[in-house]
Amino acid sequence: MATYLIKRFFAMIVTLWLIITLTFFLMHALPGSPFNDERNTSEAVQKNLIAHFNLDQPVSVQYIEYLKSIVQFDFGPSIKKSSQTVNDLLGRGFPVSFELGMVTLVVAILSGILLGVLAALKHNGVIDYLAMTIAVLGISVPNFVLATLLIQQVAVNWELLPVATWKSWRHMVLPTLALATGPMAIIARLTRSSMLEVLTQDYILTAKAKGLTPFKIVFKHALKNALLPVVTVLGALAAGILTGTFVIEKIFAIPGMGKYFVDSINNRDYPVIMGTTIFYSALLIFLLFLVDVAYGILDPRIKLHKKEGR
Amino acid sequence: MEKILQVKNLHVSFRTYGGEVKAVRGVTFDLHKGETIAIVGESGCGKSVTAKSIMGLIPNPPGKITDGKILFKGKDLAKLPDRELRKIRGADISMIFQDPMTALNPTLTIGEQIMEGIIQHHKIARSDARKKALEILELVGIPSPKSRLKQYPHQFSGGMRQRIVIALALICEPEVMIADEPTTALDVTIQAQILDLFRDIQKKTGVSIILITHDLGVVAQVADRVAVMYGGKIIETGTKREIFYEPQHPYTKGLLNSVPRIDIEDAELVPIAGTPPDLFAPPAGCPFVARCEYAMEVCDRIYPTQTLKGNEHQVYCWLQDVRAKTSFATKW
Ligand SMILES: Nc1ncnc2c1ncn2[C@@H]1O[C@H](COP(=O)(O)OP(=O)(O)OP(=O)(O)O)[C@@H](O)[C@H]1O
Ligand code: SF4
Ligand SMILES: [Mg+2]
Repeated sequence: MATYLIKRFFAMIVTLWLIITLTFFLMHALPGSPFNDERNTSEAVQKNLIAHFNLDQPVSVQYIEYLKSIVQFDFGPSIKKSSQTVNDLLGRGFPVSFELGMVTLVVAILSGILLGVLAALKHNGVIDYLAMTIAVLGISVPNFVLATLLIQQVAVNWELLPVATWKSWRHMVLPTLALATGPMAIIARLTRSSMLEVLTQDYILTAKAKGLTPFKIVFKHALKNALLPVVTVLGALAAGILTGTFVIEKIFAIPGMGKYFVDSINNRDYPVIMGTTIFYSALLIFLLFLVDVAYGILDPRIKLHKKEGR
Repeated sequence: MEKILQVKNLHVSFRTYGGEVKAVRGVTFDLHKGETIAIVGESGCGKSVTAKSIMGLIPNPPGKITDGKILFKGKDLAKLPDRELRKIRGADISMIFQDPMTALNPTLTIGEQIMEGIIQHHKIARSDARKKALEILELVGIPSPKSRLKQYPHQFSGGMRQRIVIALALICEPEVMIADEPTTALDVTIQAQILDLFRDIQKKTGVSIILITHDLGVVAQVADRVAVMYGGKIIETGTKREIFYEPQHPYTKGLLNSVPRIDIEDAELVPIAGTPPDLFAPPAGCPFVARCEYAMEVCDRIYPTQTLKGNEHQVYCWLQDVRAKTSFATKW
């Protein structure tokens, strides 16, 4: 187990380094610069600024310098928002984005599994058709469309919930709903088909033959096996939710990281682009690692360490 | 002998897109205390459906017990609601399935899978359940059961898994154990060990066993009595001796002729020609009529009446009728 974790840790570092390198050079290959915007800064000032941020150096030198600061967890200053460091921005934006992302993930997983199990148990019944209709809608309607519809109907027409911003739980409902519906639908469909398959397995008949209650048969014997394929897509879904937060944060004016990320790209704010990208990548790599661990826990046939032949 | 289980005129049908499959059509047999009855017959003749009916495990829909009684301890299991059946399943009557590779849940330890039955039925503490599980594993011949309890099914061989499946079935000390082709998926040496285990367990616990198989070799090793099924009906039943040495029904004879024998050198293997009847539209008369070399006109129209050849030996064949005897005397 320990060797597995160490190996895995180094693999994660290498992945992250590749992402950093790729992003760094792609970013510098983009046309445009942080300073030629509509404000029309004078040539001299621009020169000074460029020198100040080391942008006059060869890209390779900048790259080395950047790696040096990164290993000290210093993401550098923001070019656009002077007097703020990227660490400041991340420190402020991350908790909000994290809250939105986590609440969404939990809502999507729980409701998706519940919907999927119900649909499977009432196979071809009313609940099944209802659940699968919701699922198809959830998969086919993009989250930004759903977000605008929700704002229009629930917030504006019915005045039930606030239109935007991020203050109380009431502010969280609409963005979470908009963001969670897609992943929930995917999880529900996957759970349903996987559950239907598991329910026909011999060991379910064995469980019935023991005289177990239907509840135990479903939740102890069937669900754990049915969730295995669901767990494998969780990594991808988490990634989807992450990127979804950019858009949703923008629509609902939520002060999370997504806003800085989108702005930074438009502004060519190099350190912020790098900082947020690295941060998101690290988060995602970590989530994928968690998924693998969860899979190993759920399925005893999968051994995290290779030894112990049978 | 005391009758522990009585199946009377059992009918089971499945509603499918193609129509109604009459899988079991009037099966009647008794199970005595401490005996092993073997139900034999070709694939599709309704053996498993009969077994599942007793356990209340016929999936409904599409399946349904349309007629008949299953009497156990003064109750008719065919009419019992699932809630009541659940108390009997696994506790008083348990079942062993064919394939030990798929009959165990891959994500739960075998200890958990053995213990949960007794915890469900006897509401005992986990520590007591564990003690009981260790005893049972010892009984079914799993070495070092203590460390094995924490392992998962994939860490056992096929034969070991079947022993564990048997352990699950025995944990509540049932009075009846139904084994549906328990050795079909195992290789021959393991098969013999498992059959030995059945005899051993029966001696120690006095459990009555219904053994379902299409292998007459298995029947010869463990059965006391035999019921031969064909086309959803029992066509001949008797003690093992009677069935093996004085078979009466042409189908039973055919079955015996299709088994390799080591006692007669160069014995010819004669498979029974033809295919089993269509259960969507089963024949009104004898189900074997299409394949029977003695078939008479009456066989096609009217189901044969029961003929008693001995105390236990019953046959359903028109050849046994006195009228047939006179006209077929030479050929029979
Ligand atoms: N769930 C079901 N739906 C429809 N038909 C079924 C179902 N289960 C069994 N049958 C039908 O019932 C008949 C008897 O099946 P059964 O499983 O009892 O055969 P068997 O004697 O156990 O054969 P085998 O030796 O192959 O196990 C078969 O013709 C089968 O098609
Ligand atoms: S009843 Fe007729 S068809 Fe059936 S086995 Fe006897 S002789 Fe053959
Ligand atoms: Mg069968």
